[in-house]
Formats: sequence, C-alpha cells, structure tokens
Amino acid sequence: MPTTVQLQREAFNAAAEVAKLTRGRTDIGAVVTFTGVCRADENGEKISALTLEHYPDMAEAEITRHVEEASKRWPVLGVTVIHRYGRITPGEDIVLVVTASSHREAALAAASFLMDYLKTRAPFWKQVEKPSGKTWVEAKAADDAAAERWK
Amino acid sequence: MKVRYFAWVRERVGKTDEEIEPPSSVATVSDLIAWLTKRGEGYAYAFENPKVIRAAIDKTHVRAETKIAGAGEIAFFPPMTGG
Repeated sequence: MPTTVQLQREAFNAAAEVAKLTRGRTDIGAVVTFTGVCRADENGEKISALTLEHYPDMAEAEITRHVEEASKRWPVLGVTVIHRYGRITPGEDIVLVVTASSHREAALAAASFLMDYLKTRAPFWKQVEKPSGKTWVEAKAADDAAAERWK
Repeated sequence: MKVRYFAWVRERVGKTDEEIEPPSSVATVSDLIAWLTKRGEGYAYAFENPKVIRAAIDKTHVRAETKIAGAGEIAFFPPMTGG
C-alpha cells in the first residue's frame, strides 16, 4: 500500500497530495482528506501563533505504526500523513491525513482513527502565544475518549 | 543511558537531554522518575506530578512500571497535543 509519512516545517498542498496518491489508479473509489488548521483562539483567548515541538524519530515511527494498524483494520489503498512542526500562525494548515479506499466507509473510518491517534499518541506538543505570554496547550479529555473508542 | 526531555518537562529540567547512570536499584520508569526528582529543583518541579508524565523507551510508549534495563534512550514528556 502506498504510504507517505512526512514531518516538515514547510506548508503542504493538500490537493497536490491527493493527486499524488491517486495518480494512475482506477481501483480507488473514495478519498478522504482531513486538514487540521491553526485557529486564532485557544480556550476563548486570542493567540498570535502556535509552536509545535516534536520528538522526531519517535513521531515518524509512531505515525507509521498507526498507519500499519489502520491498514490491518480497513481495506485502505493508500495513506498520506503530513504533520508540520515549528511556528504556525492562525489560518495555516497543521496536519494532513489522506486515506484512499474502494469505498467510503473504510476511508472515513481510517482517517478518523488516524486523527484520533495523532492527537493522543504522536509525540507533538503545542505551545501557544497569547497576549499574556506563552503557554503549553493541555491535553483534552475529549481527545482521549475519542481515541479510546478504537480499542 | 540517554535521557531526553520535551515540552514543559524540558523547560523545567532546563535541558533537552543528558547521559545518566542510575544505580541498579532504579529498575522501572517510575523508579527513574523518583531518582531524577532528587537531582535538583528543576527536576522536582518537572516531575512534581508523576502521574501526568509520559515516557518512551527507545521511541516506543511505555508505562510507569516498565523495566528500564537495556534501554538506550528514555524520553519524558507531558501528554501529547498534536494533530
């Protein structure tokens, strides 16, 4: 299965990644694209930017493990995961998950599974810049609960 | 073994990584946290609430009761907030 896992500082182009994954393929009937975008607020407070810190080798290994797990659970025909790190300002993209399958159910489920795991298991940490200073984003119980449902 | 720190654990400890040689009585991840806590104020602050600290051995998530024997690299960090 074509798999791309990339960690990068630069912005990505979601449409170009979808085209790359589906080029020349006639077996793919469904492509799901999830893009996580930087908002201008965190818990009701304005933010001017966020900085993503990551554990490079582990992040790549952990995401790859979960892509493999997704491909065991659903008949996916291709997966692309791109996660940015470094300083990102509101309106910029943070993360991209693309899943392809013959039918939509598998592509939707695999994309949802991968996002839930990225939120709770991939070693990335967000720090936000607010008028009052820099603070680390706290993990959300809702994200843990979302990841739990795949167990 | 090498220890790495990330996010606010790194900030509180005051370094990104270091080489350590804990005594053989330090058997598990939670033993290591307790041992590190005694190394200074920054460590004590970083590990003041050990329950929230996550750990990885050689780039794989582990639990507090995991044995550290044979580990090449142990990382400590807060709950993850990626995605």
